Amino acid sequence: MSRLTADNEARARRIMALYPRPKSALIPLLHLAQSQDGHLTDEAVRHVAELVGITPAEAAGTATFYEMFKFHPVGRYLVNVCTNISCALLGADDLVAHASAALGVKPGGTTDDGMFTLETVECMAACTEAPCLAVNYRYRLRVTPNDFDDLVAAIRSGDIDQEIPHHGTLARVHQEIPEGRMAGISSPEQARAAPAWMAAGAEGAG
Amino acid sequence: MTGPAGEGPAVEITVDGAAVAARPGELLIEACERNGVYIPRFCYHPRMASVGMCRMCLVTVDTGRGPSLQPSCMVTVAEAMAVETESAAAVKAQNGVLEFLLINHPLDCPVCDKGGECPLQDQTMAYGPGESRFVEEKRHFEKPIAISATVHLDRERCILCDRCTRFADQVAGDPLISFMGRGGATEVNTFADEPFASYFSGNTVQICPVGALTAEPYRFKARPWDLTEAVSTAWVDSVGARVSVQSSRNRVLRVQGVDADAVNWGWLTDKERFGFEALDSDGRVTGPLVRDAATGALVPASWADAATRAVEALSRAPAERVAVLGGARLTNESQYAWAKLAKGVIGTDNVDAQLDDGLPPELVLSLPRATIDEVCRPGGVIVLLGGDPKEELGSLYLRLRHAVVSDGATLIEITPRATGLSGLAAHSLHPRPGETAELMRALLAAAATGAADGGAAGCDRAAIAAAAAALDGEFTVVLGRGSLAETADSAAAAAAMLAGRGSVRFLPVLRRGNVNGAFDAGLAPGLAPGRTLLAAGTDRLAGIWPRVPARPGRDARAVLKAASVGEIDVLVLLGADPLNDFSDRAVAANALDGAGSVIAVDLFVNDSAARAADVVLAAAGPTETEGTFTNIEGRVSPMAQKVTPPGTARADWMIAADLARRLGADLGFASPAEIRSEMAEASELHRALTPEALAASPVEGVMLAGTQIPVPAVEAPVAPGSRGLRLVATRTMYDDGVMLRHCPSSRGLARGPEARVNPAALYRIDARPSTTVRVSSARGHLDATLVVDEGVPVGAVAVGWLAPGAPANALIEAGSPVTEVTVEAR
Ligand code: SF4
Ligand code: FES
Ligand code: FES
Repeated sequence: MSRLTADNEARARRIMALYPRPKSALIPLLHLAQSQDGHLTDEAVRHVAELVGITPAEAAGTATFYEMFKFHPVGRYLVNVCTNISCALLGADDLVAHASAALGVKPGGTTDDGMFTLETVECMAACTEAPCLAVNYRYRLRVTPNDFDDLVAAIRSGDIDQEIPHHGTLARVHQEIPEGRMAGISSPEQARAAPAWMAAGAEGAG
Repeated sequence: MTGPAGEGPAVEITVDGAAVAARPGELLIEACERNGVYIPRFCYHPRMASVGMCRMCLVTVDTGRGPSLQPSCMVTVAEAMAVETESAAAVKAQNGVLEFLLINHPLDCPVCDKGGECPLQDQTMAYGPGESRFVEEKRHFEKPIAISATVHLDRERCILCDRCTRFADQVAGDPLISFMGRGGATEVNTFADEPFASYFSGNTVQICPVGALTAEPYRFKARPWDLTEAVSTAWVDSVGARVSVQSSRNRVLRVQGVDADAVNWGWLTDKERFGFEALDSDGRVTGPLVRDAATGALVPASWADAATRAVEALSRAPAERVAVLGGARLTNESQYAWAKLAKGVIGTDNVDAQLDDGLPPELVLSLPRATIDEVCRPGGVIVLLGGDPKEELGSLYLRLRHAVVSDGATLIEITPRATGLSGLAAHSLHPRPGETAELMRALLAAAATGAADGGAAGCDRAAIAAAAAALDGEFTVVLGRGSLAETADSAAAAAAMLAGRGSVRFLPVLRRGNVNGAFDAGLAPGLAPGRTLLAAGTDRLAGIWPRVPARPGRDARAVLKAASVGEIDVLVLLGADPLNDFSDRAVAANALDGAGSVIAVDLFVNDSAARAADVVLAAAGPTETEGTFTNIEGRVSPMAQKVTPPGTARADWMIAADLARRLGADLGFASPAEIRSEMAEASELHRALTPEALAASPVEGVMLAGTQIPVPAVEAPVAPGSRGLRLVATRTMYDDGVMLRHCPSSRGLARGPEARVNPAALYRIDARPSTTVRVSSARGHLDATLVVDEGVPVGAVAVGWLAPGAPANALIEAGSPVTEVTVEAR
């Protein structure tokens, strides 16, 4: 049960300031919460809802729509193996069976050491490179059982820590726009008005 | 929301080959229905925005580009549109949609409460394919989960129509339920530990098109075909929401909202919906009781014995030493009978339907009235002067909320503390307790000159100037009683100032049941029936009442003060509970002890009757007697008798007639209809209330308009000078009132005692938030949890009126302009 840390709350407020309405920042703030805890805790969802001014039920309604938000602890590395048609035709089932045996968990399960969660997923739009998988949304293409074992070994050894950060991390570098460089935001009402160049164009045409 | 379709020339369309004149902007599904073509639907609801969620309403539409299937709840009519509601394509679509909807539906109709009145069941029979090709496993959920104290959700039955969630969000403004998950895993649910605690939750049960939502009071109680219904009027507050009272085998089992376009649009508060449970509870008085001299207990007695005791006391007492308090619980007819008994037979004018908890009746009756529709006019300006409609008059709150959220109305609230509407109000002003008149003076001065001189009543200059600017044109005033910890004088003076502005009209929102009917029947000191002063009504009443009191009598405050010093011989409590409802608990207690005899006429033995009643006469409840009800607008609608009263309880008018007969007078009527015809004789106002008028408007009711009373001069009291903390006491939806105590589904919903203070005032209090504090006045004290609340004015401490175990009236001295308190740690 964890709310956003003070640092993350400050970051959340900076993110909210980029939008005309606090509510628009809901998804980025949920990502922020997930990067903090690896999954979305009830407390963090409640905190995010408070920050953007909606009820926790509304926040959870939006959050649960998206596969990439997890509501239970998942491993440090989330392994998604595609089992849709192209991948299936090129051996996805064998790959899943191998991954299951190698990690010692069924799809949906998490290894005892909390390192890996194995999931089967639908098409990841990499059909030409089937069968494929993703670890924390970083793709591996034309994966053989051997490739899988190498990947797991590399992760365990920490060799590709730089490439694949732990689950929930969208980016290691957060974009910060200094006050003076902000282009400014316009509310939807303002945005509905015709842009300035249009009027200028009309004059020119006249 | 969809709202009424616009004005303008009709739009000609063709529906199934027939020419139909639709209204401009009208939804196709509505235009068809108005012209006798019903299109099946699940998600569409006329009082909410369309979402096109279920696709059941697909019809073939051709606007010149060739026919195509379109959801008729999402399409507005257009000139020359050709619509086929039973084309081969439409029928195939209906078949398909139903087959899909039933894929995951458990078809547990035989054990489902909705079976027999279920749109899914009915429409499957009428438009469904008859057989499903789906042989796979359906989805499974834990059978009903409680999403609130009263409402259960069976997710297996849900067809994801978005009605309940839309209601919670758009209508009630309590988005505590939401769609969770997506695709085949979508379900309706609450957040982990945050129940659907909305005052309006029961509406979702009524509008759910399947049996997914059920309410505790009706679960497994009856099948729809065993129920018979009567259209009646909700009685727990004064909005007069129309309801259907449904019973089986002489027991009321369910109350549903009825869509009265001018009043409640089909919505009810949970209190209106479930309040009937109290009438059938164990605590109900089912026959007369008398105080046993030996044991001091109230024991059952025969009507003859009880009435004799009451009449002995009444006949011994001089008229001016008899008082009748209460009567807002009664039907109009019973109120008139009691007014006639008290004023016309006994001859006392010490009669008051309010317990110092409303506004001066003369003022209320003199003001030009506005209807709810007029107040909620699109684009209008509404001044809310008084309490919190969300807490006091829930179904009016929904109308006001709709006006602001969907119809562009501007709300200016002048209330003792933030309300359920504050988030929507353009201007929120919370004057210091006792200083409403000062604020109003400043506001009107600023409106006249275009600039505010300075702050007033604790509100700052800028806020006053901004609100004043909004008062530039036409506006209506929703006028109620704000805080009960100060007299009504300051607010009444503020209302009179507004009345002085000419074109302003008022919707008086005194909250107590049929209090408006009581005023119109003359159940207040100085009043005759028909919004007439006693003095002006004497001639008219001469031939109808045996006598008419010569002078105006005492109001509730004066009656109770007199009783407490032994000046009242008989105190009749007509459903009144002074101990809990009068502003001053000490005076109420002394009055009950000091009155010669106390006669209670009630459904329950309330705290006052338990303490002091010598006789309790068992009255029939609102579903047990026929009559009419008058709402805040003056709209009169029928109260239906659906069941017989329990035991030997009888209608209040019968009790009045019986007592009169024993006092040697004949009230002269033997039925509510006969009372109504006498009322039409006794009062100009009630002449509009003919049987024909009532029959012609069974849902909207009959409006009684006009008044014989001039706006009284109201002196603004001098603003109190003290700088101490002042008490604000306001009503809450759920409290420790006697009806709610006897209502199983609302028992336990009353919040515990809280003392709320503005964060800026916290430094004046030597206690930490969330701890128990003692709030003390010169009168008494109560213990409550300290809560920080930005919506409370800085110099005030706000408490609920009747929180369990902490009655605010223990702190208040009746008639004092403000109540000063101190707060300290316990
Ligand atoms: S519970 Fe009922 S009202 Fe709510 S979405 Fe499901 S079917 Fe519709
Ligand atoms: S089927 Fe596997 S990526 Fe498309
Ligand atoms: S009623 Fe039109 S889509 Fe549901």
